[in-house]
Amino acid sequence: MDGEADETVAVGDDCVPGRRRRVHGMLKLYYGLNEEGKAAEESESLDPCDINGPHFDPELYLNKLRRECSLAELMDQETCMVKQIRSLDSDMQTLVYENYNKFISATDTIRKMKNDFKKMEDEMDCLSANMAAITEFSASISGTLQDQHTQITKLSGVHTLLRKLQFLFELPARLNKCLELQAYAQAVSSHRRARCVLQQYSHLPSFKGIQDDCHAIMDKLAQELRQKFRDGGSSAKDLSECVELLLQLDEPAEELCDKFLSHARSRLESDLQGLEAEIRPYPSAAKDASARRGCNEFVSSLCLVITSYQELFINHAQTGELLHAFVDNLAARYFSLVERRIQEEKSVGDNSLLVRALDRFHRRLQAVAKLLPGSAVPNKGTEIVIRAATERVKQYLSALQSFYMDSLTDVRQALATPRLSVAGRDAPNSLPELLSSLSASILNQIKSVLASVHLFTAKDITFSNKPYFKGEFCSQGVRESLVVSFIKFVCQSSRHFCESAGDKGGSTPPALLLLLSRLCLDYETSTISYILTLTDEQFLDQHHSPVTPVTTLCAEAKEAAQKLLNHYVKVQGLIISQMLRKSVETRDWVNTIEPRNVRAVMKRVVEDTTSIDVQVGLLYEEGVRKAHSSDSSKRTFSVYSSSRQQARYAASYTPSAPMDTNLLSNIHKLFSERIDIFSSVEFNKVSVMTGIIKISLKTFLECVRLRTFGRYGLQQIQVDCHYLQMYLWRFVSDENLVHFLLDEIVGSSAHRCLDPAPMEQSVIEVICERG
Amino acid sequence: MEDDAPVIYGLEFQPCSVRAPQARALSAQTAETDAIRFLVGTQSLKFDNQIHIIDFDDENNIINKNVLLHQAGEIWHIGASPADKAVLTTCYNKTCDSRVVSCAAVWRMPSDWETGSHESPDDTAHNPQTLELLCHLNDSAHGNAACVLWEPMGDGKRVISLADNHALLWDLQESSTQAVVSNTATLEGKGQLKFTSGKWSPHHNCSQLATANDTAIRGWDLRTMSQIYCIENAHGQLVRDLDFNPNRQYYLASCGDDCKVKFWDVRNIQEPVKSLEEHSHWVWSVRYNHSHDQLVLTASSDSRLILSNMVSISSEPFGHLVDDEELSEGEDNHQDDKGKEPLKDSVVSTYEEHEDSVYAAEWSSADPWLFASLSYDGRLVINRVPRALKYRILL
Repeated sequence: MDGEADETVAVGDDCVPGRRRRVHGMLKLYYGLNEEGKAAEESESLDPCDINGPHFDPELYLNKLRRECSLAELMDQETCMVKQIRSLDSDMQTLVYENYNKFISATDTIRKMKNDFKKMEDEMDCLSANMAAITEFSASISGTLQDQHTQITKLSGVHTLLRKLQFLFELPARLNKCLELQAYAQAVSSHRRARCVLQQYSHLPSFKGIQDDCHAIMDKLAQELRQKFRDGGSSAKDLSECVELLLQLDEPAEELCDKFLSHARSRLESDLQGLEAEIRPYPSAAKDASARRGCNEFVSSLCLVITSYQELFINHAQTGELLHAFVDNLAARYFSLVERRIQEEKSVGDNSLLVRALDRFHRRLQAVAKLLPGSAVPNKGTEIVIRAATERVKQYLSALQSFYMDSLTDVRQALATPRLSVAGRDAPNSLPELLSSLSASILNQIKSVLASVHLFTAKDITFSNKPYFKGEFCSQGVRESLVVSFIKFVCQSSRHFCESAGDKGGSTPPALLLLLSRLCLDYETSTISYILTLTDEQFLDQHHSPVTPVTTLCAEAKEAAQKLLNHYVKVQGLIISQMLRKSVETRDWVNTIEPRNVRAVMKRVVEDTTSIDVQVGLLYEEGVRKAHSSDSSKRTFSVYSSSRQQARYAASYTPSAPMDTNLLSNIHKLFSERIDIFSSVEFNKVSVMTGIIKISLKTFLECVRLRTFGRYGLQQIQVDCHYLQMYLWRFVSDENLVHFLLDEIVGSSAHRCLDPAPMEQSVIEVICERG
Repeated sequence: MEDDAPVIYGLEFQPCSVRAPQARALSAQTAETDAIRFLVGTQSLKFDNQIHIIDFDDENNIINKNVLLHQAGEIWHIGASPADKAVLTTCYNKTCDSRVVSCAAVWRMPSDWETGSHESPDDTAHNPQTLELLCHLNDSAHGNAACVLWEPMGDGKRVISLADNHALLWDLQESSTQAVVSNTATLEGKGQLKFTSGKWSPHHNCSQLATANDTAIRGWDLRTMSQIYCIENAHGQLVRDLDFNPNRQYYLASCGDDCKVKFWDVRNIQEPVKSLEEHSHWVWSVRYNHSHDQLVLTASSDSRLILSNMVSISSEPFGHLVDDEELSEGEDNHQDDKGKEPLKDSVVSTYEEHEDSVYAAEWSSADPWLFASLSYDGRLVINRVPRALKYRILL
């Protein structure tokens, strides 16, 4: 071993870990652990010159060195080799020293173990001997106790059986007692427990007796249950309990079903009757909440019935349809009640109450929908809500309409009162104020109605997200049948004013006509589009169904305004016409005195025309008139007219110049446009006044043509016409119109004159100016 | 289409055509069923008034005129006897003692007025013949005559005159030379009531009369001379004229100062059956066509004449009822007609030939498609129903 180590050291290289491994490997080799050594062996090279390899050949190595290296190199090699050998030696010594102690202690331990094992073997022998003794004893004990054990088991079995028997024997009594105490549930469960046993042992006479007794009692119980069930006085919960018990007693399910439903019906019907009774005493009062509470009771008890029914008869297939029919039937009656109730809800005061009530109603029905998924009830409920909503919209419409009519009545009164007190002069002053207050109050009313209707589509209302309320309600319901209808109503009622008043002699005060006409015109220009925009903003319609466009409404409003204004012109024209006609018809024109004055009626005509002018001027703009000729002042006008008239009269009466008149009058007619008397007027003061004056003068003309005049009669007409000329030209758009008509009047009266001797123009002027 | 052009005739005073006379009175010569003939009465306070007999030659589109003098006064109303062509009535104004009085009289035309005019028109122009007075229809007790109505389709023996608030039924005796009041009816009420116009119903055996006073229309039973109905406020203002539908016995048309023409069913007088408002001033005259009652003529002081086609309330609301034979003959035509139906009430046309107020319009008694209208300035216009409409009614 030393030699080997020596050798190893002699050829050992300078790599310390490699050397240590080598040392370990050798130790392992020694103790037979050679797996690593084998692996090492295989991997080692066969080079004889490798100083660490197993096939190292010192002779070859030396020769090689001597041949290849120089002297200096050999010297170096030698010192290196010596150094290595020395370090290997010291390593060997350390190793041996370290391991020596371990060997010694190991040897000691092994020796100690040998001694201990010997002691243990003895104790084990002793133990096994003891165990054998114990086994023997135990066997002998169990052998002695065997008999007693079987006896006890048998006894306990008998005891159980006896207890069961006792239960059976006591059953009839117990059942009776239960019956007395009305603890039906307990009785039924007891009976159920005993039933099988009794059935099994029914061939034994004693058991048979018990079974019979039990049957009798149970029949009685069933009877009693049925009785109770039939009486139906108890609550729904009791009832369902009853049914449950009866079901457990194997009663036929269908029959029970029917009975259950009929009971439920009778109870619900009594609820309904209660409701009905509640509705009747308060036909109009706002007892909404109380009635609603009643409704809720009904719906909740209906829900209860449905749930208990479904729990009870869950296994019976065909009973579902029965339930549906039942629910539908009752719900229909309920709905009819609710609808009646809603219809009685006429007052439009607080819409939120109704909306909330409807919401609650709808919500309750949602519960039914959840319980009974296929039922038509919720749909019908929604329909009712929709109907109620449409009904409400209708009511609002009629409320708006009556409001409108009421405010018109107010306006009428306002127009009438000051006239009574201040004798007609101050009344027109308030016209613009009346107009603005009227239109403002209508607008406010519309806004408030829109706000209340808007509640139907509020987000927290359950039915507001139904498609109807999202689409049709907004467009058709609110926009069309509320707002548009109202606007149409306004136009229509205005038109109605024109028609009815025309026949029955003007029951409508003309000022109101004028006011309404302005109102309609304002509607046309701005209000309608404002209202509709407001509506569209509040009720955003997602479906864009076709709606009445603004232009149509505006056209209608404009038409109404036009009609009203035309009618106003007609009425005012008629009032003046009537004065003129009376004045012409009632006078004896043949035998009249020489004119000294303008007749009072003409002054009245001018006065009235002036006040009409003021009235119209308050509401309508001035308008365009044809440019006045520079000589439209009074004096020059007189000259102009007189010259022409004079020419005409003269011609008529002096046969010397016959062609002149014909020519003059015909040429005049040829060039003047045809005058439409009752024609449409424009929306301005001048046009209105022109219309009124046209009507008045034409009436004057026609009346004159029906009369015969004397000399002074003709002169009076001349004076009157001149007076009218002086004052009327300023009101009209084209003064030539007045000239033409007045010429016609004087001309006609000249034709109808027995002794036509016209008055001097200067005299006429003097008379007129004096008047 | 040329035929449809209106024929215009300007009245002139015959002796010296100084100027056109005023004229309000127009009547078709009712008894004449062959020639198209109209009678026009003039209104003049200064000259002798005349009755112009206007003959219209349909084929040549020529107007022939004859003039008869009516010296009694200015003519306000003229009525031709339904039995005798030569007999007519007038209502006229005459002045005596600086009072104007309205009178009525029955006249006969001189027998040779026609021949005379043909021989030498110039002569007659200078020397018009005079009407021969048969009898006066005046009763001093009963005020001013407004109009005289002949018994429709009668034998020319009975007339009614409306004077102030009385309706007088006259029997004409001894070839109309003597008139006796056989019955009277009086309108009673507050104020000065005055009949403005009237019409003798051709139905019910000519036993009914309709009158207008102020805004009311009244119906009278001539057998008892008592009022049978009264349409108060028939028009907003004065009722100017009435006419009975010749084919529907209960239908009545009225017109007035409210510019409206209304059609009434006298069995239900609450509301008019129909109301038209086409004129822009008072409507003075309304006339049903004598055979085709859907055609209604209205004249107004807005110088217009309007012909309306009121199919819906006529006796032939579905157009001309075609017989089965006709149907089989011209089925294609009929199909075409069907395409045009249903016929609607409409204004057929508006005639604007007049330049002054038109106070009278009349259908010809000889040609149902022809009518005349008269304006205050003495212009008579003869028009025809448009051909298209005529064929539509006939076929």
